[in-house]
Amino acid sequence: MTKTTCLLLLATLGLHAAEPPVPAKIEFNRDVQPILSDNCFYCHGNDPKHREADLRLDIRDEAVKAEAFIPGKAAKSELVSRIFTTDADDLMPPPDSHKKLTQRQKDILKKWIDQGAAYQQHWSYEKPVKAAIPAGKNGVDVLVQQRLAQISLKPSPQADARTLIRRLYLDLIGLPPKPEEVAAFEKDPSPAAYAKLVESLLKNPHYGERMAIGWLDVVRFADTIGYHSDNPHNVWPYRDYVIQSFNSNKHFDRFTLEQIAGDLLPDATQETRVGSAFNRLLLSTEEGGAQAKDYEQRMLTDRVRAVGNAWMGQTTGCCQCHDHKFDPWTQRDFYSLGAFFADIKEPILGRREPGILVLDAAGQKRQTDIAQRLTALQAEFAKPRPELAPAQAEWEKQALEAVTASGMWQPLKQVTASSAKKNVALKTDKEGVVRGTIDAKRNERKQNDGTDTYTLTTKLPLGTTGIRLEALKEKLPGIGLASNGNFVLSEIALTTGGKSKLPVAFASATFEQKTLPAATAIDGIADKKENGWGVLGATGADQSLYLELAAPVTEANAAVTLTLTFGWGDNHEIANLRLSSTSAPKPIRAPGTSLPAAEIASILKAAPEKRTPEQKQKLTAAYKQIAPELNDLRAKIATVEKEKADFENNAPKCIVSISDTTKRTVRILPRGNWMDESGEVVKAALPGYLPKPKIEGRDLTRLDLAQWLVSKDNPLTARTVMNRLWKQFFGTGLSKVLDDLGAQGEPPVNPALLDWLACEFMDSGWDMQHMIRIIANSATYQQVSTSTKALTAADPYNRECARQSPFRLDAELVRDNALTISGLLVPKIGGPSVKPYQPAKYWENLNFPTREWQNDSGESLYRRGIYTWWQRSFTHPSMLAFDAPSREECVAERNRSNIPQQALVLLNDPTYVEAARVFAARILTESSGDASQRITWAVQQALQRKPTAEELKTLSALFAQQLADYQKDPAAAMELLKTGAAPVSPNLNSSELAAWAHVARVILNLHETITRS
Amino acid sequence: MHSTSAQTRRAFLGRTTQGLGSVALASLLQPQLLNAASRGVLGTLPLPQKAKRVIWLTMAGGPSQLELFDHKPKLAEMDGKPMPESFTKGQQLAQLQGQKLVCKGPMFRFQKYGKCQMELSELLPHIGGVADDICLVRSMTTDAINHDPAHMFMNTGAQIAGRPSMGSWVTYGLGSEAEDLPGFVVMMSTGKGRNPQPIAARQWNSGFLPSKYQGVQLRSLGDPVLYLTSPNGVTRERQGRDFAAINALNKQHAALCDDPEIATRIAQYEMAFQMQASVPELMDIRGEGAKTLELYGCQPGDGSFASNCLLARRLAERGTRFIQLYHRDWDHHSLLREELPLRAKEVDQACAALIKDLKQRGMFDDTLIVFSGEFGRTPMAQGNKGPIGRDHHNKAMSMWLAGAGIQRGVTFGSTDDLGYAAQENVTTVHDLHATMLHQLGIQHDAFSFKFQGLDARLSGVEGAKVIQKILA
Repeated sequence: MTKTTCLLLLATLGLHAAEPPVPAKIEFNRDVQPILSDNCFYCHGNDPKHREADLRLDIRDEAVKAEAFIPGKAAKSELVSRIFTTDADDLMPPPDSHKKLTQRQKDILKKWIDQGAAYQQHWSYEKPVKAAIPAGKNGVDVLVQQRLAQISLKPSPQADARTLIRRLYLDLIGLPPKPEEVAAFEKDPSPAAYAKLVESLLKNPHYGERMAIGWLDVVRFADTIGYHSDNPHNVWPYRDYVIQSFNSNKHFDRFTLEQIAGDLLPDATQETRVGSAFNRLLLSTEEGGAQAKDYEQRMLTDRVRAVGNAWMGQTTGCCQCHDHKFDPWTQRDFYSLGAFFADIKEPILGRREPGILVLDAAGQKRQTDIAQRLTALQAEFAKPRPELAPAQAEWEKQALEAVTASGMWQPLKQVTASSAKKNVALKTDKEGVVRGTIDAKRNERKQNDGTDTYTLTTKLPLGTTGIRLEALKEKLPGIGLASNGNFVLSEIALTTGGKSKLPVAFASATFEQKTLPAATAIDGIADKKENGWGVLGATGADQSLYLELAAPVTEANAAVTLTLTFGWGDNHEIANLRLSSTSAPKPIRAPGTSLPAAEIASILKAAPEKRTPEQKQKLTAAYKQIAPELNDLRAKIATVEKEKADFENNAPKCIVSISDTTKRTVRILPRGNWMDESGEVVKAALPGYLPKPKIEGRDLTRLDLAQWLVSKDNPLTARTVMNRLWKQFFGTGLSKVLDDLGAQGEPPVNPALLDWLACEFMDSGWDMQHMIRIIANSATYQQVSTSTKALTAADPYNRECARQSPFRLDAELVRDNALTISGLLVPKIGGPSVKPYQPAKYWENLNFPTREWQNDSGESLYRRGIYTWWQRSFTHPSMLAFDAPSREECVAERNRSNIPQQALVLLNDPTYVEAARVFAARILTESSGDASQRITWAVQQALQRKPTAEELKTLSALFAQQLADYQKDPAAAMELLKTGAAPVSPNLNSSELAAWAHVARVILNLHETITRS
Repeated sequence: MHSTSAQTRRAFLGRTTQGLGSVALASLLQPQLLNAASRGVLGTLPLPQKAKRVIWLTMAGGPSQLELFDHKPKLAEMDGKPMPESFTKGQQLAQLQGQKLVCKGPMFRFQKYGKCQMELSELLPHIGGVADDICLVRSMTTDAINHDPAHMFMNTGAQIAGRPSMGSWVTYGLGSEAEDLPGFVVMMSTGKGRNPQPIAARQWNSGFLPSKYQGVQLRSLGDPVLYLTSPNGVTRERQGRDFAAINALNKQHAALCDDPEIATRIAQYEMAFQMQASVPELMDIRGEGAKTLELYGCQPGDGSFASNCLLARRLAERGTRFIQLYHRDWDHHSLLREELPLRAKEVDQACAALIKDLKQRGMFDDTLIVFSGEFGRTPMAQGNKGPIGRDHHNKAMSMWLAGAGIQRGVTFGSTDDLGYAAQENVTTVHDLHATMLHQLGIQHDAFSFKFQGLDARLSGVEGAKVIQKILA
């Protein structure tokens, strides 16, 4: 053991006892390019602005022309003398670069020049070449074993049946197998049974959840906007879209088209539009003082980095300011790629829009049904109604009178207005019109009950006998803020001098809802829901309330306060209002009809024969809005409109890509400076250095970009995706740096294998399950994950796959595993993100608004980790402890750390304490026998194997000690068992249950439990 | 629980990502092998280490330098007059973009403090009292002008999320000397003011560095470290039995599979169990004595900035490498005259106390203290948000440094007559990072981590410079 660890240690510290020998035949991509890229290209590479001595080493002709070296003659080459010299002034790389070549690297460069200094195009920019695989053989096995033979390693034996089934379950669905499933497989572990198991897991609906985890990291899916206030945006349907796409084995080319251009597809559907939410997953801000140009640039660069990372395995970020120093990317390529997204309609600053409705089959049916009913009612309403002509004539007369009488009223222009609960924001203009808008956050506030109270103040002239309150329609669908356009004024109270009541003798209105007459708005009852003035049936026109004062005002400019209570709820408040006063003699009564809008009033003033047909039509339409004969029909329409609005408010929504006809102008920003507008304007274009189709005569669109990404000409996408997939099944990518297949990444350890996987993937029509089937069925995948000393010494990081690798479960799966073992898991798929337990005050440093996490209740506490609410600025701490990324940037590879916080989470997070005590109840109720028999059962549940004798001894001793302890302190046992919301069975002895909870907790904490091996 | 604390410490410090777990395993078995590695990746430092630790005091929101640190009599003369366009044309402004720009003179008096006659606000009498120990920089500038990006830039040297914070860089490079406490600790306090700007956890995130280098937030309410407290009903003894059983079982398992990660796991459980005792002990300042509490001006459990300063000293004594305190609510777009004195009062005495306390314990000479906001504020008035305040500003801000090889009683750099832009000895956030690393014994331009093909550095790739002139 000690020797091995010493070896390991030396290897990890980079103190290699012996570097591998310099190969006999130097290969540029494998041997030379990484040295040049890391040490030379910074000053002698692709970026002309940073190039020294006008020398570039990334292009052979240029290097030869500049006499950097003479192919075949290392001894006479400047490059060689510069790297071997001891003179600090001449040495390359220069000392101040803090780069230093090893002896081996120097020897490689020397030998390479002697052998003719042949260049190769960077490996990942060459089209992948598909190795021939003998018929009936698994390509993965053939190519891995070929490579192993070259380096004199042998594959490891196949793992046992229990390990295999556990591995398959965790890799393919992210959940552990049940002991009985393990037992069945152990009985028949034949290749056919194994293959059948793979098939059944690919069809399992949890497969999509497992596969989605990695993709959601890559596209940085989160429930909040990221910057500053970090408020929510509606994107969860996209998460479900990803899950369903994997479950239906949507081929990756289609998956790509839908995400980048799902809105532009000729066969666009709700599903493809939701896929296009990919373009909206970036960070955005609501910070005051943010400048649009600044964030326009941030959003553009965010998108370019995302596409570069998710599909191309290219690090584009540096090209925001300058040409890439190591790869052939230019700044123009960068901004041209960004220009593909210039059509996306979105607010640059501020709150995101709610998004499109995302409806399931039942929802779509309901939506159609509502629309049909509404259309039918509207058609009915639109019918010509000659029978109303006499009534209309009468109305015209009354309305004209009302217009004339209105001359008796003077608008009150000096008005202040405020709302008590701030659920409605009130603004007053110079004319005294008060306009209310529903506070955007109103419906998110838990304490919002849909009611509010307006306080208006104004000054009344001497001798005022009446006050008029007009509810104005303006441009809204109705005169009230409720979804049906209605309001209910529960009470209006007038006071003068701040205190004394100004009594109202009579209230009347231009329209009264049958059950909500105006008189009840002055009856002193403000707190009864169904008591007040309402206008349903006539919300399509202005309506007014007329108040007759008990006595004329005896003071000039008397300050009066009007308190308007809206107690109905459901946002039943007046939208816009205007106050007027009159000193006309009593009685003050509402005219038989409401005061018509200004335009109608002016038509009425004209003699009937002088009215144009258009004006006549307008009059007819205006009358229809108030005709008592149509009251029922209008009320029906309002009811269906409300149903529609309520349905839409409650329906799931998702922000998606919508193409705007006017595109944002995209410029190359010198040094990435958004205030510098001197750069050239660029159009959408594909990167210059890669093969691409010729498209002329039109601007390129996102659809072109998407099609190019998954075209066979693109050498990067299939490799990038397969490299990530390999990591899921073996722990490390074939090229270790998942997000960089460029010059600064790592050439794959087994290039033939990565190329074969990429080609097979494309040849299969980008069929993900086809590739998983090949990998999972390979003998390579099925090897043991344990190592031997010799193997560890030869390949310490298991890059060659002469065995499997053990690795810790991803954050989400650590949770899923514990919930499954305890029996708490609610396996429901999809839906809004959920809020399981989170420590109080964890969000205390958030603001605008301040927030406190409210734990969900019921089944939402026990959903899979993939559904946990993803707050970018404060990601759930137990997920964070297990390396879940904040998803502010695209992450191709998570850290896999091993830190004390993980122990604290598994031991003390209520989620895991509750899982332990519920698991304990299972131990007591589902197993039988003595303590050691029960322990055996419990270990089988968690690890799908029997405990060893030593393990049994340790756990039995623990159980006995904890039991004795709790029997002395049953109150403490009760305390422990109260953790979490799951009920505790009253039939179980609490001390015993608590002691078992400790055993269960220990099992849930084991390294083996959270490791896939 | 057989392990000694020394072993545990080293295991905690050892790199723990997969594949490197072997280092931790080796450290468990042969601790003497690993002395260098356990101190962080840098091993022998290229430069003399003047600072062993950093205490970074972040005044979140952006305090007004024009009322606190940068006296501008000329601006007072121009009070109420239009800001000359020559200063502001084509410049980046936040909430004043497109508004009429009017000069606002300083709202508080300045006076000279200490032997060095440093000119500071009347609002900072205690910091004035230690003026001879600090170095005031009036010529700092930053790239960002909104809170979130500005915090990100100040903390990570980049405006793109996902980069490691400075505390992560420093502990990654140097490790920590704390035996049973995190190496990078963050604490928060909030002024008793109005509506403080939010703060995001990415400000102490480890970005692309291993997760173990991320800052651990110590909280004054609830669990001081998340999930630190054992469940209800579980005494330390009961908890200890579980720890022992988990580690015993993990050891048995390790014997079968030769996976170095298991040894690391065992060490982390030991560390966690120790933290359950050591963190509450750290947080309990009742034993500090009345004199010390009086010096800082705090009461046990009050969650104040002053309490956090005292905790910072306790962490420093226990070997924590990087301690960052946030005090929130300095964003005075309005009500500057009313609110600023309150914030100043909340931090003034405690900052001075921290310096005095470290001095009397002989730790001032190897502790670097930095006091800074994320940006400065405009010499122009902002009047569109209520009573007068000042807008965000990135062309000039003031900050101070103290201890660990920093010159004492010195004022460095200056701004133009109206305090609009830094003029003499202009410095950048990257210069500040470079200077901090330099004092820690780290050569900033050689301290990098390969990320997305770049040698990523805290001090950026644009050629930051150590501010040599403020070094003793």
